[in-house]
Amino acid sequence: MTPLVQSVDWVAIAPPTITALAGLAALVADLFLPERRKPLLGGIAITGLLLAGLALLPLADGDRSTFCLTTGSGACSYEADAFTLVMQLLVLGGALLTAVLSLHATPALPAGEYWFLLLSSAAGAALLPASRDLATLVVALEVVSLPAFALVGLRRGDRLSSEAALKFFLSSVTATAVMLLGISFVYAATGSMHLTDVADGLRETPGQLAAVARTGVALTLVGFAFKIAAVPFHFWVPETYVGAPLPVAAYLSVVGKAAGLSGLAVVTVVAFPAHSHVWGPVLAVLAALTMTAGNVAALRQDPTGAHSAVRLLAWSSVGQAGYLLVPLAAAAYTGTAGVTVGAAVAYALMYAAVNLGAFAVAAVVGRESTENRITDYRALYARRPFAALALGFFLLCLAGLPPGVIGLFAKVVVFSSAVDAGLGWLAAVMALNVAVALVYYLKWTALLFARPAEAEGAPGTPGAAPADRPAAPSPVPAPSPVPSPVPVSLTAAVALAAVAAVALSGAPQAVMRFASAALL
Amino acid sequence: MNDTLLQYALIGAVVLPLLGAGAALLPAPPGLRGRDPEQAVLRHGVTVTGAVLALTLLLAAGFDHDDPARMQAVTDADWIPALGVRLHLGVDGISLPLLVMTALLTFLCALYSYFRMPAGPSTAGFVALLLLLEAGTLATFAVLDLVLFFLAFETVLVPMYFLIARWGEKGRERAAWRFVLFTVAGSVVMLLGLLLVGVEAGTFDMVRLAEQHGDGLSRTVQVVAVAAIGIGLAVKAPMWPLHSWLPDAHTAAPTVGSVLLAGVLLKMGTYGLVRIALPIAPDGAHVLAPYLAAFATVGIVYGSLACLALARPGARGDLKRLIAYSSVGHMGFVLLGIATLTPTGVNGALFANIAHGLITGLLFFLVGAVKGRLGTADLDALAGTTGAALYARAPRLGALLAFAAVASLGLPGLAGFWGEMLALFGAFAPAEGLHRGAYLTFMALAALGTLLTAAYLLTVVRRVCMGDPAERAAEGRPAGGAGTPHGAGTAHGGGAAAPAGTRPAAAAATALALPPAGGPAPGTAVGAAALPDVRGYEFAAWVPLVVLTVLAGLWPAVLLGLTDPAVRTLLGGS
Repeated sequence: MTPLVQSVDWVAIAPPTITALAGLAALVADLFLPERRKPLLGGIAITGLLLAGLALLPLADGDRSTFCLTTGSGACSYEADAFTLVMQLLVLGGALLTAVLSLHATPALPAGEYWFLLLSSAAGAALLPASRDLATLVVALEVVSLPAFALVGLRRGDRLSSEAALKFFLSSVTATAVMLLGISFVYAATGSMHLTDVADGLRETPGQLAAVARTGVALTLVGFAFKIAAVPFHFWVPETYVGAPLPVAAYLSVVGKAAGLSGLAVVTVVAFPAHSHVWGPVLAVLAALTMTAGNVAALRQDPTGAHSAVRLLAWSSVGQAGYLLVPLAAAAYTGTAGVTVGAAVAYALMYAAVNLGAFAVAAVVGRESTENRITDYRALYARRPFAALALGFFLLCLAGLPPGVIGLFAKVVVFSSAVDAGLGWLAAVMALNVAVALVYYLKWTALLFARPAEAEGAPGTPGAAPADRPAAPSPVPAPSPVPSPVPVSLTAAVALAAVAAVALSGAPQAVMRFASAALL
Repeated sequence: MNDTLLQYALIGAVVLPLLGAGAALLPAPPGLRGRDPEQAVLRHGVTVTGAVLALTLLLAAGFDHDDPARMQAVTDADWIPALGVRLHLGVDGISLPLLVMTALLTFLCALYSYFRMPAGPSTAGFVALLLLLEAGTLATFAVLDLVLFFLAFETVLVPMYFLIARWGEKGRERAAWRFVLFTVAGSVVMLLGLLLVGVEAGTFDMVRLAEQHGDGLSRTVQVVAVAAIGIGLAVKAPMWPLHSWLPDAHTAAPTVGSVLLAGVLLKMGTYGLVRIALPIAPDGAHVLAPYLAAFATVGIVYGSLACLALARPGARGDLKRLIAYSSVGHMGFVLLGIATLTPTGVNGALFANIAHGLITGLLFFLVGAVKGRLGTADLDALAGTTGAALYARAPRLGALLAFAAVASLGLPGLAGFWGEMLALFGAFAPAEGLHRGAYLTFMALAALGTLLTAAYLLTVVRRVCMGDPAERAAEGRPAGGAGTPHGAGTAHGGGAAAPAGTRPAAAAATALALPPAGGPAPGTAVGAAALPDVRGYEFAAWVPLVVLTVLAGLWPAVLLGLTDPAVRTLLGGS
């Protein structure tokens, strides 16, 4: 006889659960706290994220699974395996860094809502890599996305912010609808929602359902491609990042992408291995197009335009998403897909630390020059040597150039996954892209250490400010000789990211070991 | 000397500049503050590079010269097991001379900068970048792992970019960009080739790969790998037609940057070809060698013709640019030697590598000094009425320039001769299976190149050191007033504007050198103000290069004895 009530492995599901509970706690506490005690909420959120991170520790010994079918195949809906743990670590770490980054920004935002939304979204992102059935996947993806829309639009009374949120919302909803259609096709063809059962079902799809199954597979990928901002779905990125509060943009660029990546990896490798001939080439082409589109757009970015720094980071994150897709595409061509995916995970870990760091420095600079143009970073070294060195290091990591050793090795892993899979053309396209990307990363880096603008005749200041924000002062306000002190939390965020990036550069094995172990 | 000591010496030589680069950015500790922060950090640079030079000399002294084919001072430790990347370092007869030369040139550059810091933003940054550059170059020659090689190869980019872009001369930003873009575009292609080798052969270890000698790599893989790796290395070497970043970079770089660029960075390309392409993928190297030889030969002729065009009166050629183009020609000989795939040719290539590093390093130092004194490197300005006439005005500087030029054109008895001769010998009898007729053609063309090289270098020496007899004679008679603009032109050379008449010896030298002119006209003597001759620190920086050039020329066995056994092992005991 089958038990009606199954026991839930609470330890296994602790990380997303704790995150979600902390979010609720912040929301409730917001009702009872007087205005001046609001900063406590940030403390609640950070403590929650730290606890959730600690909850990963007992899971390290072995794989656990819960919410399993008690009949038939015994497939499980939630698995805490190596892949899950690494991605949860990434997501929680990214959320933690975002939280530290947001501490100084929350006075301008409704604090309770902000922390609740951020933690809910993080909980969804932590749930996503562990889900092993299509329904849970969709729910997790929506839990990531819905709070994110609100976060983007959270700056009350800011037209840009609401417009960005609406844009983000509409394109995301379209992608979700398409994905749901795909999932229903897959369900129709296989009769199951659990990924392992779907994989079996797809292997022996009856002839008349083959077309349905193929269409279903292709459409299902759309939703995740949107999250990761792959090419036809990348237009929302720059507007959304610029419109959103800066920590939210950082969050979307890292945790949002990690969510999309883990969803794609789980679906392709676990559920659809039988159709690798369908999604392999599709992902390869998507990867090539995404990195090219992102890098070319970033290259064409006018450094004097308003918000050009965030805009450049946005486009560069599209380009980086292209690199992330390369190992996933390669996984279709190798026998050991679980290992190949590890290259993407390793890259994502590097990218997370470094990109959050870059956003943190952008937040530091953004406090002085609200327009946050790239030209505002000129001679940052003279004003804030530490921030300039950190940003230079982050950018070189993103470019993959020493002394950014970890960035170089992450690129090496991705390259070798492509070479290993025989995707020579994709490796060549990526090589070209790395060279193109270097131009804008290095230009920015060089600007950090350039002489101050007064010495070089202040290039490109007047008349360059676009007309969309008439209130903006058009010439760059001369940076005050004595820079105002940076909030401790902001310094801590930059320092955390810098320490992570430097430590990883010295011991790349910490990240690279994921590239050689079977994760899925 | 025991091997552990050597091992630490090698590790120290690579790590010390890296630590030094970090330390240069920190404020000086009490007791080491010196006169002022600038002086302290420059002294720090000299100390660190000096220590590194001492370590490499220790390495050379302790090196087992009876068995240079064996890897010595080997360190082999896991670094990133996930990728199979190991911290594998070692030296053999091929890398040892390059290591010592790199350490020497960097030390001399640091010494030179101590007395003559190029104009630029921050001294501490300059020293840090110089040391980072040294770490990258030394690591390139010392590592024995393909991925590590790539890492070291890329490490030099950022410091060199900033050295050119921040401390350079006119057009520096553009030149620095071209340098970085060309090299990066080449090196990502190279990375693909290295990964292909690593993935197919299952290891990144250069020693093991060299021992396998291409076993386990199919012919197609080898050809693709050598093509990809070759492109990356050829950009750096540089091989015609991928050289176009080089003249701009050299012209715009500060003196120290030019010296290191020509003396060390170019060698990374040719060293990589010898160390990676030849032994690891011999079939691929065999297929592509004739193309390499052809491009190398074109480079030799092209480089010399470009130099001749620049040296022509009225071309307004830049002396730094001319020497940069001459590098294209000289490195063409190195590439031709490698492309013969014979021990003779490859030994010649390695010898020419070192010789070019010493001689061109010296030439760039000298041109930097000329430019510093006269404020221009324009050949037309340096010749003729406004000219430098170094023999008369700074005889020691003139003599050194003539010496370096003569060494560069390959006078027997100096370092430049042996490498190019051996490369030509190698082309005369290339390795089995290579088309001999083609190589004989290359040899003939390359030999023509040596003639052209002699032509332009002698033209340069005549115009810069001797002035222009015809113009002088013509100028001297009508215009006593010609001395005024002339004097203005040389004044910011900074010297005491004593008339040349007070230096009878110098005037006599001019007269001796130019018998047809019938002696210097009186008018010229007024204008030919003396330049400050070679200063003490300049001597200190240049004399080692001169001595080594003569030494390598008279006693080539020192170098060839080191490289030959190692080369034979790499080529598979042929």
